[in-house]
Amino acid sequence: MTPAIQIQQVYKRFGAVQALSGIDLEVAPGEFFGLLGPNGAGKTTLINILAGLTRADSGSVRVMGHDVIADYRASRRALGVVPQELVFDPFFSVRETLRIQSGYFGLGRNDAWIDEVMHHLDLTGKADANMRSLSGGMKRRVLVAQALVHKPPVIVLDEPTAGVDVELRKGLWEFVRDLNRKGHTIVLTTHYLEEAEMLCARIAMLKQGRIVALDTTSKLVNRRDSLYLKLRISGATLPLALAGRVRDSVDGVHTLRLRSYAEIERALAHVREAGAKIEELELLQPDLEDVFVQIMSMGEAGAQREERSAASSLTPLAFPSP
Amino acid sequence: MSGFGTLLYKELLRFWKVAFQTIAAPVLTTLLYLLIFSHVMQGQARVYDAVPYTAFLVPGLVMMAVLQNAFANSSSSLIQSKITGNVIFVLLPPLSYWDFFVAYVLASVVRGLVVGVGVLLVSLGFVDLAFEHPLWILAFTLIGSAVLGTLGLIAGIWADKFDQIAAFQGFVIMPLTFLSGVFYSIHSLPVFWQDLSRFNPFFYMIDGFRYGFFGVSDIEPALSLGIAGACLLALTAFTLTLLKRGYKLRH
Repeated sequence: MTPAIQIQQVYKRFGAVQALSGIDLEVAPGEFFGLLGPNGAGKTTLINILAGLTRADSGSVRVMGHDVIADYRASRRALGVVPQELVFDPFFSVRETLRIQSGYFGLGRNDAWIDEVMHHLDLTGKADANMRSLSGGMKRRVLVAQALVHKPPVIVLDEPTAGVDVELRKGLWEFVRDLNRKGHTIVLTTHYLEEAEMLCARIAMLKQGRIVALDTTSKLVNRRDSLYLKLRISGATLPLALAGRVRDSVDGVHTLRLRSYAEIERALAHVREAGAKIEELELLQPDLEDVFVQIMSMGEAGAQREERSAASSLTPLAFPSP
Repeated sequence: MSGFGTLLYKELLRFWKVAFQTIAAPVLTTLLYLLIFSHVMQGQARVYDAVPYTAFLVPGLVMMAVLQNAFANSSSSLIQSKITGNVIFVLLPPLSYWDFFVAYVLASVVRGLVVGVGVLLVSLGFVDLAFEHPLWILAFTLIGSAVLGTLGLIAGIWADKFDQIAAFQGFVIMPLTFLSGVFYSIHSLPVFWQDLSRFNPFFYMIDGFRYGFFGVSDIEPALSLGIAGACLLALTAFTLTLLKRGYKLRH
């Protein structure tokens, strides 16, 4: 099957800054894909190359099998981009903006679809309002609508929820999920990692122009083979057997690092054994943010090494002798 | 509608929506030139023996308005789009660089034509004009406005801020128009300035345009048309090269 997006050995330099260094990436049709990374990692550059707004120094990029340079008409027809910047044309109303955008793709009579998109994005009431008069959130919706006027099979959203209120965010994600269910390939960049974790089935993490992690979201989240147990106890101090596991102790609340669920029971047994009473207990699952922070602070190779060494330093918890 | 047709429509709609600024204001400005210059210069020697100064002045002013507005249209549209960032709306769709070029230049030509016709109509209330060769008038209007529309496109592509467009307009376009014989026949100039004027392509456009009205000119109109046409071809080739390479538009 032709990949929705195929990026091979893409390099891009802006003056002294190497923005992208050898990106290889494939996104399958129908995927909900996340592109994460700190500011300046190269996410937007990569999207701009995909959209033909920026030209790669070398390497090849295809959208639905169409080269973005040699076959730009077909590749651009296959792609809808919601840009990061809140841009608009102050001369036109919402409907004019959408009709014009649709016309650029050679779609003259497209009002039925335009009305549908406006309806889904709750823009119908503002159809004849000038773009200047819209709030930031409304302008953002129009940008989403503009990216969809030509029904592109591949939709790229570059930080679509930056500075957007909760309600719109929820509505937007519902709509995008729906598009994904209908077969559209979605590529998303965001700074909200919980959004990425909730929405994306697969994630690539970019750092300084390189892909430092690429896996399904669940594997990425589980690649940290540790979880945290938060405990507040009374009646005794924390047993010595658990001392090596303490990540931090704040106001009598100890956070213990465990390797597996099986260790929870043993840790609790140690507490009981010491004659302490458990006042509060909370289990913290690793989340994407943990993984992200860890990967970003070390880079790919370093991250794997660190995890292994951290794991090996934890001696298994044995049950206390009866 | 095709992508090209839509871009042209959008460019036309853009200046039409602010017609006071893009059509009415230039017509009024040109009318003021006409009133003031014809008042001051009344009784001055006739030009080409038979043409009263005021009548001589009108085609010059009309052409000046055509040229300046053609330049203003493409340059201001593009720089606004670049600065506000909405230029991506025309960069994301499958428009070719030819589509892009022809749509912007054609919209400039239309703006030049509309303003030119406006100035001409208003002037006819003050001055009697002959229309000896209407086809020459049309030909020079089209070529002149296309040349300036292309120059405006180049300026819009090159500039990063409004300031630079203003500089291009103030230091290139304005001197070339004012020193091209809008207000005088170059035969009234000292020889050195006459010779210098012949290096100004705008001079041929205005001279040829004026020929269409009076049937007399400083230069053979076919030659003027050829020179203006050659300018248009050269600028077109240059602009297409810029667009094809994505200069300052696609990094």
